[in-house]
Amino acid sequence: MMASSYNAKDEDGAVTVSLRSKKPENTAFKQQRLPAWQPILTAGTVLPAFFIIGLLFIPIGIGLFVTSNNIKELEIDYTGADVSSPCFNCSQNFSWNSTRPCTCTIPFYLEQPYESNVYVYYGLSNFYQNHRRYVKSRDDSQLNGNMKSLKEPSKECEPYAYHDNKPIAPCGAIANSMFNDTLELFYNDPNGTKIQIPLNTTGIAWWTDKHVKFGNPGVDNPNLTAVFQGTTKPVNWRRPVYELDSDQDNNGFINEDFIVWMRTAALPTFRKLYRIIGKKSGLVPTLPRGNYTLEVVYNYPVRSFEGRKRMILSTVSWMGGKNPFLGIAYVTVGSVCFFLGVVLLVIHHKCGNRNNGGDISN
Amino acid sequence: MTIPKDIPEKWFPLVLSLKRKKQKGLNGTKSKKRWTEEERRVRANDREYNEKFQYASNCIMTSKYNIVTFLPVNLFEQFQEVANTYFLFLLILQLIPQISSLSWFTTIVPLALVLTITAVKDATDDYFRHKSDNQVNNRQSQVLIRGSLQNEKWMNVRVGDIVKLENKQFVAADLLLLSSSEPHGLCYIETAELDGETNMKVRQSVSVTSELGNQNNLASFDGEVVCEPPNNKLDRFCGTLYWRDKKYTLTNQNMLLRGCVLRNTEACYGLVIFAGPDTKLMQNSGRTKFKRTSIDRLMNTLVLWIFGFLVCMGVILAVGNAVWEREVGSLFQSYLPWDPPVDNFLFSAFLSFWSYVIILNTVVPISLYVSVEVIRLGHSYFINWDQDMFCSQCNTAAEARTTTLNEELGQVEYIFSDKTGTLTQNIMSFNKCSINGQTYGEGTDPLAPQPKRLDFTPFNPLADLDFCFYDDTLLESVKVGDAHTHKFFRLLSLCHTVMSEEKSEGELVYKAQSPDEGALVTAARNFGFVFRSRTPGTITTTEMGRPVTYTLLAILDFNNIRKRMSVIVRNPEGRIRLYCKGADTVLLERLHPCNQELMNVTSDHLNEYAADGLRTLALAYRDLSEDEWEAWSESHRYADKAVSCREERLAAAYEQIEQDMMLLGATAIEDKLQEGVPETIAVLSLANIKIWVLTGDKQETAVNIGYSCKMLTDDMTEVFIICGHTVQSVRQDLRRARERMIELSRARDGGKEEGMEGCFMGNGFREGQEGDGTGGREGGKQLQCPPPSSNLMDNISGEFALVINGHSLAHALEADMETEFVSTACACKAVICCRVTPLQKAQVVELIKKHKKAVTLAIGDGANDVSMIKSAHIGVGISGQEGIQAVLASDYSFSQFRFLQRLLLVHGRWSYLRMCSFLCYFFYKNFAFTMVHFWFGFFCGFSAQTVYDQYFITLYNIVYTSLPVLAMGIFDQDVPDQRSLEYPKLYEPGQLNLLFNKREFFICIAQGIYTSVVLFFVPCAVLSDATQSTGVPLADYQTFAVTTATALVIVVSVQIALDTGFWTVINHVFVWGSLGLFFSIMLALHSQTLFMIFPNQFHFVGSAQNTLLQPVVWLTIALATAICIVPVLAFRFLKVDLKPQLSDTVRYTQLVRQKKRKPVDRSEGGACRGLGSVSEGRLGARGGSRRSGYAFAHQEGFGELITSGKNMRLSSLALANFASRHSSGWIDTLRRKKPTHAHTTPSASGESSPAPSCVSGSVPPLSNSSSVLGGSQDTPIEEETGAAPAQNTQTVPALSTQTPPASEDAAPQGSAQAVDAGVLTPAAVRSRGGDSPGGWTITLGAVQEALFGWKARATASNSPRPPSVPMESSQIE
Repeated sequence: MMASSYNAKDEDGAVTVSLRSKKPENTAFKQQRLPAWQPILTAGTVLPAFFIIGLLFIPIGIGLFVTSNNIKELEIDYTGADVSSPCFNCSQNFSWNSTRPCTCTIPFYLEQPYESNVYVYYGLSNFYQNHRRYVKSRDDSQLNGNMKSLKEPSKECEPYAYHDNKPIAPCGAIANSMFNDTLELFYNDPNGTKIQIPLNTTGIAWWTDKHVKFGNPGVDNPNLTAVFQGTTKPVNWRRPVYELDSDQDNNGFINEDFIVWMRTAALPTFRKLYRIIGKKSGLVPTLPRGNYTLEVVYNYPVRSFEGRKRMILSTVSWMGGKNPFLGIAYVTVGSVCFFLGVVLLVIHHKCGNRNNGGDISN
Repeated sequence: MTIPKDIPEKWFPLVLSLKRKKQKGLNGTKSKKRWTEEERRVRANDREYNEKFQYASNCIMTSKYNIVTFLPVNLFEQFQEVANTYFLFLLILQLIPQISSLSWFTTIVPLALVLTITAVKDATDDYFRHKSDNQVNNRQSQVLIRGSLQNEKWMNVRVGDIVKLENKQFVAADLLLLSSSEPHGLCYIETAELDGETNMKVRQSVSVTSELGNQNNLASFDGEVVCEPPNNKLDRFCGTLYWRDKKYTLTNQNMLLRGCVLRNTEACYGLVIFAGPDTKLMQNSGRTKFKRTSIDRLMNTLVLWIFGFLVCMGVILAVGNAVWEREVGSLFQSYLPWDPPVDNFLFSAFLSFWSYVIILNTVVPISLYVSVEVIRLGHSYFINWDQDMFCSQCNTAAEARTTTLNEELGQVEYIFSDKTGTLTQNIMSFNKCSINGQTYGEGTDPLAPQPKRLDFTPFNPLADLDFCFYDDTLLESVKVGDAHTHKFFRLLSLCHTVMSEEKSEGELVYKAQSPDEGALVTAARNFGFVFRSRTPGTITTTEMGRPVTYTLLAILDFNNIRKRMSVIVRNPEGRIRLYCKGADTVLLERLHPCNQELMNVTSDHLNEYAADGLRTLALAYRDLSEDEWEAWSESHRYADKAVSCREERLAAAYEQIEQDMMLLGATAIEDKLQEGVPETIAVLSLANIKIWVLTGDKQETAVNIGYSCKMLTDDMTEVFIICGHTVQSVRQDLRRARERMIELSRARDGGKEEGMEGCFMGNGFREGQEGDGTGGREGGKQLQCPPPSSNLMDNISGEFALVINGHSLAHALEADMETEFVSTACACKAVICCRVTPLQKAQVVELIKKHKKAVTLAIGDGANDVSMIKSAHIGVGISGQEGIQAVLASDYSFSQFRFLQRLLLVHGRWSYLRMCSFLCYFFYKNFAFTMVHFWFGFFCGFSAQTVYDQYFITLYNIVYTSLPVLAMGIFDQDVPDQRSLEYPKLYEPGQLNLLFNKREFFICIAQGIYTSVVLFFVPCAVLSDATQSTGVPLADYQTFAVTTATALVIVVSVQIALDTGFWTVINHVFVWGSLGLFFSIMLALHSQTLFMIFPNQFHFVGSAQNTLLQPVVWLTIALATAICIVPVLAFRFLKVDLKPQLSDTVRYTQLVRQKKRKPVDRSEGGACRGLGSVSEGRLGARGGSRRSGYAFAHQEGFGELITSGKNMRLSSLALANFASRHSSGWIDTLRRKKPTHAHTTPSASGESSPAPSCVSGSVPPLSNSSSVLGGSQDTPIEEETGAAPAQNTQTVPALSTQTPPASEDAAPQGSAQAVDAGVLTPAAVRSRGGDSPGGWTITLGAVQEALFGWKARATASNSPRPPSVPMESSQIE
């Protein structure tokens, strides 16, 4: 009968199943016996760690501090908020539509000569480049030279995507608010002549930004005016994007001033590299001691939101510009560690648990 | 993961219809049927008629989905989880451009991942359900269709069909038994799958149908059954059969239920009454309760708090946004105008609130729940894989049947244990006997040199080889032919209801109703009085090699009132004799007066036996003359035929003849404890776990077992016995017990103050209350020294025990007495509740759950423990002899009580520890991650700008930081398993909930917030002025984001490295791998290639390369890391150094080798006890009134079955029963709606598992290491529990056989590991048994010493280390 044969099979199956041992495998993994390193916090490991951190951090800190102190830096606020400020008038009379640029001149004195390359920065305060709506208001595709995005800027750029039914190039709030003051430096020779200091406009942006992230549309077409045909300049701009520079390699979207501005800052007070004063050959300092004049073409209004504008001159070292905080922080942390190490050592010796010896009392 | 809930009907008509269908298949009780069935009418062989009613078919469907419905239904179910819905809500928020502060994928990727994982799991589960459904539905059965038998699949069987069943077949549906191949229409079924009871049950058909016989008659059978609608009551059925104008009442006795197996019946026919989902099996399936752990609840509370916190943050930032937009933003509009719908700062603030809810949501990441599940699953697998919880005898590994309770195993405070089958093996062994005033079997003194086990084979070829007896004088006495001894064993071979099966000549198998009887008959068999077979009228034995057949005249059956049974037999010579065995209390009263002297002697013996915890029976006989027999036989027949009061009349008739008996002697049966029970209980109570025994047994038995398993010890100051029958007396008892406790502990305290000379006079046992004198008189006084190191509190809680019986418990559980009972009982170290019903067991558990904020664990093996197992926080089922009911209801199951210590102290402890460190770290890392946004809010105009790259936010929780913490959560160990068994106190932090509570949580989030502050402000301060060496400023947003993210990942990695205490390869791979992944993924995402493809998606092109090349950035990261970690390090070091936890100390001792090691001193360290025999000690301490562990446990009415001949087949049936105790997987699957996980992989290696050599840290003082080598058992052992001697003897053999392989394992392992650690080498040994070279005889407790001794010598001689064999090679064998 079929049913019985079916049953027999069933029973057989059961027998074979029961014969198989269900014993779990004896592997280190399954038995939780994997070889393991079991570090524990003992005086023998923790205290030396503290001392080592201390001994490492303090010299680094001192080194950093000294390096930072050797860096020369000069900061000039030219916002013109004060009545006494030479730029007061410019800042007061500002209007976006004025065609006549307002210029102000600020004299300053360098007490020390600036050796090697000198970097010129502009600094803005209370300027929220890190605001969410500001940060996203750009179209990287357009900036990368995508023709389609050039004509149809991303929605992210709103409300700076279209103007007069024409797509804005470059679109977005970031581009629209690009810093457009012109800073010029003059050296007042002791004999009275005013020598303009040559400022390098290139080499101020990241390589990747300049060569990867930004690109002009129509790579093969050197005529940017034609390429940007059909687009309009950002509302606040005085010139269209293809007239930013006469140099073909620094014009359009790959204009370094533009690229630098488009790299938004993390904090509302920031500085951005403006120009580089290249080191002259020989032993002559880049900027000798003496009187200088800063000439500002005042285009960029910041008074409305209580912003400040600065011009900064700085040299750099291997670790960048002047940064006393890092050195001090290192020295402090190192000392604290060392001190903690001593304190812990004392505590451990005075009242540390002597029973660690092996008495395990419940 | 998701349990289907009720769905609002109006919303989802589609889903509803699906669901309805599903539910119908799944569980009939829940589904609202098309109409409510009030009664069921079934007409046999009439499908047309039955189809009118649309009864459910026999097709079962436990699966939830099919291919089409899977996606919608599963998604729908998943979104009923609050967490998932929450994330869906976030996702929708993110789609609103004005709010969206994160890209949509930051939420959808983790959400999709979680949903996918769950869906895959559900799908796999469902696939297996489909498979088993198909298998079951396609089983063949023979259905009588139009007069002929046809094979049909199960699913095609209809209500009203007549089905033929054959032996060993599963019953396909609930059937009405119509006829059977056996006489009287009987058939036998095994119901183990249904109710867990393994004994056969007899079912009988209604007499009219049983006469139908062959299938032709059956085919024309057209009776109609009217019965109750489907329900889940297994033991009840009522219906009526209408046939040929007559009514026949149907009861459960006529029913064969689906899930049963037909046994020992060639074939039978049944009428299908309930099919498929209507069957009682299916109606009973389904888990009743969903248990949650306390950590779960805490976690949910905390998550709610965090939501509250999140809202607070959102509000603060929204207010900030309002202020900012008003003060600054409105002025800044020339550069950054408001988005079109926003026209004022308030609306902007409102939007900003939601934006911040989105970006701060990562404080409760979606991965939390998934990770917790994964970790628990891992822990469950470790439980399933544990070889030390594998029982080789029964070939069962431990099984974690739920995966949600693991960490609660580390917090258990109360254990409620069943006795029979849990503490005891339910195996009785004939241990001692008293024959004619002579006691035998004293050779079992466990401390004497191992006595020789008697070899019965030369004397008796029929002997049972498994039988153990040590006293050869008894055998001599039998051989010599002592008449009393012969009578004694003859009685044992005749007076019983055992069935025998003789498969081949001499190969006897007894099937006894109670194990006691089996033991007695087996004893008689070995001593030459072999019970061979029986018929309804005869008993055939082989007496001293000579076959004898007795005529069985009557069986005077056992019942609970009579407490005895007798048989009346006529021997071949024609003499009639009554043999009686029964409880001494009843039997001694019915002796002939001339037995007085013998009775006294035997009574003494009985007292002795009882005091040893043995179950006793007295045996007697009476010679009957033919006339007496005739006369009594007449009256018996008369009583038997009586219509009214039959029982009473029969009892009176029995009483009449069971008089003037001659005493033969007494037997003592040992109720064998399960292996390792006393040790386990000792270890568990050291771990501060209170053990309550809840048993249906008698008080005496229960107390005896309490003593033999060391729950009660002679050291106890007092054992209170509550056995009042009235509310007042119980209340009085309880109150008195409490007063007494306070008084005694105060006295003790005083004594201590007077000086430590103090031996303390405890008053021993307390007088029981009111009348119930049998148990109340626990006399005896104890003289004992209080352990010198114990303090008052320990005394109060540690030295008392409470015994309460069912009657009193009923009163004690009443509402007004609850608190009184709880306070008294919880002050006691041990509580024994005897004579309790299954319901009371559950009540006691509920009581403790209600009054104590403690985790309870119930352990049991039988159907009567199910309620208790279900109501406790954790239910553990012993997969033993009593079927699978308890296991099915349990959360964990294994086969030996002793595995409990490993489950709790090792797995539970680890699980708890791991879960706690996991949660701490998890909350920490998410706060550290998320709160950075909060601080950044103050600098970005509260605009909900994120600090990090959106891809980092997406991947942080699921890729960069998930694996190391998972590895810690799954693999971390603070101390090795050996140590946690050795130092049970390590368990306490779990009970006190010290490792993760609200305080710890606040510390964690405080640390997280601190870290976030550092992570934000340090880069902020450094980078704001810093420039690259090329002069380019570093303060741009992308550099800042990369720096902070890198610092964050490094800090949390260092933190996990600090938190991880057990660095396995996996941890290394995960931690380093995660760091590596972070950098490679970041570099990839910031690469030019990706940017070229999607310029709008990858804004960060070049950032990573630019940033990470800057030394300043790295200096910043190092600084932030140091500032974050140094305080933690200092704090932790101080904690370990000044206030080390026990686990710290244990870890430390592992690391630092100790040359000098003092003996382990526990709280109860110096109990003044040598190696004296426990039993002797106990004898001295306790009076002998505790006797008569009444040995009958079997059912009434068995004698009748025998004499009627009805169950004569049971004997062969018994064999079949044993041989085929396979459980069929499909029923398991049916009953477990959610199969938790796969079974462990069976391995081919059949070697026996090393017994957990946990047992106690009883360590002899190591004066010189050579004492270890001696391995003598005489080493004085300091012992903290009352467990010493028995423990010693029991474990020594185990250890001595098992240590060498273990040590081979351990030695290379230890050294390999030590080398690995690179620290003081042998100290770091994690021994699994001791690393002494094989071959030594090692005593208990010396194992550990050997370890240290060896190490000591190793250093002293500066001997080279053992070669550091890679441990895998030595372990994977």
